Amino acid sequence: MDTVLELQQVSKHYAQHKAVNDVSLTVPRGSLYSLVGPSGCGKTTTLRMVAGFEEPTSGAMLLNGERIEHLRPYERNVTTVFQSYALFPHMTASANIAFGLHRKGTADITGPVSKVLDLLQLAGKESRYPHQLSGGEKQRVALARALVLEPEVLLLDEPLSALDPQLRKQVRTELKALQRRVGITFLMVTHDQEEALSLSDHIAVMNKGKVEQTGPPHEMYLKPATRFVAGFLGPVNWLGNTGIRPESTELSATPPQGPSRRATVRSAMFLGNCYHVEATLEDGSVMVSEVQRENHSFAPGQTVYVYWLPQDEITL
Amino acid sequence: MIRLRAWCLTPSLLMLGGLFLIPLAIIFSYSVLSRGPYGGVEQPFTWENYARLADPLYLSILLRSVLYSAIATTVCLLMGFPLALFISRSGPRRNLYLSLVALPFWTSFLVRTYAWMFLLRDTGLINTTLQSLGLINEPLPLLYNPFAVMIGLVYGYLPFLILPIYASLERLDKSLLEAAADLGARPLTALMQVILPLSMPGIRAGSVLVFISCLGAYLTPDLLGGGKTIMIGNVVQNQFTAARDWPFGAALSLVLMLFVMLLLMPLLRRKEGGLL
Repeated sequence: MDTVLELQQVSKHYAQHKAVNDVSLTVPRGSLYSLVGPSGCGKTTTLRMVAGFEEPTSGAMLLNGERIEHLRPYERNVTTVFQSYALFPHMTASANIAFGLHRKGTADITGPVSKVLDLLQLAGKESRYPHQLSGGEKQRVALARALVLEPEVLLLDEPLSALDPQLRKQVRTELKALQRRVGITFLMVTHDQEEALSLSDHIAVMNKGKVEQTGPPHEMYLKPATRFVAGFLGPVNWLGNTGIRPESTELSATPPQGPSRRATVRSAMFLGNCYHVEATLEDGSVMVSEVQRENHSFAPGQTVYVYWLPQDEITL
Repeated sequence: MIRLRAWCLTPSLLMLGGLFLIPLAIIFSYSVLSRGPYGGVEQPFTWENYARLADPLYLSILLRSVLYSAIATTVCLLMGFPLALFISRSGPRRNLYLSLVALPFWTSFLVRTYAWMFLLRDTGLINTTLQSLGLINEPLPLLYNPFAVMIGLVYGYLPFLILPIYASLERLDKSLLEAAADLGARPLTALMQVILPLSMPGIRAGSVLVFISCLGAYLTPDLLGGGKTIMIGNVVQNQFTAARDWPFGAALSLVLMLFVMLLLMPLLRRKEGGLL
């Protein structure tokens, strides 16, 4: 595997607080890699250390095998798409995009700028100021500004969070397609597990400053290494150390063949594409199920049998 | 809510109407009357006072005042901008530094100007110290010259420049500076390309405040210039006191006001909406 960025036991400690604690990551070249976790888990601090805005307390960061942890942000070949976009308000869209090329002393400015304007469908907006652009356009200018420098790694800090929910799903698809087309490594921070699962080639789930697990999304979802990872990536019913996801369960009004558990329906909600059923097992614990709507209808108080396939179980 | 909003304007309207527009009208009426023998004004009506302003003497004083004010404003900018930038980057100590900037306002301007006289005069602190160290034999001529006036103007009006610039630097989104560095801008480039253009509102507002204040200054040139380096403010003051020529003083101050307004017109006409 060709590695573009490697973090080796990187820590960032503040006076009382270990924001990032002994984090090691290996980012494959050309991949879309997501750091995901709840707020305060250290994912943004990790990203900021890669960008050079924060210096690690200890550990090493290698970009193409070379140590970068003591380089200033302007000395690193990584660029950032900021959560708030951070477009220069006194510059037009094309001046924002050209800013980095000017700093590099690139001879041909207009060529790359118009290329990236086309790539991000910003043609016609180049002479607008940020306050004259919509949220989606601002985001594309921010992407264009960072991409035009052809960085080794493009860092994205919660790239979709400032967009309204309807636009978010559309941009998610576009972002993935863009990454495939340009072939640049994207390192993205998000708190949204759905975003991480749907976009990424690799995920690192972080919690309390540490990496809990890394791997491809489907592997992480189906074979989580810790209870935290399992729960963060999606809802889980825990029966001791065995977990089962709601969509993996089936409900039956009559005892099915094979093992099952008897339960009493507590609530049943129709969600359109499925039923969301909460049932109380005989030991008093609550089992959440999502079942196809054509199968059944359920009413509170009804007795049901819960069952699932053994291979769908999560075992820690 | 709308009614409350309208009421909020009332004190200012009363204040401006009573204490600005009416006195302005009085000054205008004085400026077109004749001087009384012991000050004050008398009939008949005349434009004579305005005609006298064409005297090259007043024009040269006005030009000198503009020059001094421009130099003082520039020096204030060169000192004030870096200081404002320093304060805005000082984290939790910002408020301490800001209070230090505002500290001189706790005592009267007159007293502070006298303090400068005690520092600058031949037997003042600076000259006696340099002499006792053997660095100079004769006292340096620090007081009663344009240099002393410039010190006084810069000293007196520097805070009026620091505070607006600080305010606009404080509003500056920190992520813009990170973005600049991220895109390859070294600190000096980021300063010139991002910080400076975005703090222009504060720089403009502060410069206008300092420039106007300097142009109207009379205490500083009077005390520190020793009457030898007079500015236009001194001429106005003199008409109302020693010269007992109120109509001419009134005409002079009105013309000065018009002059300042003309000078600032380009700033007021900015399309982004006004001065600030």
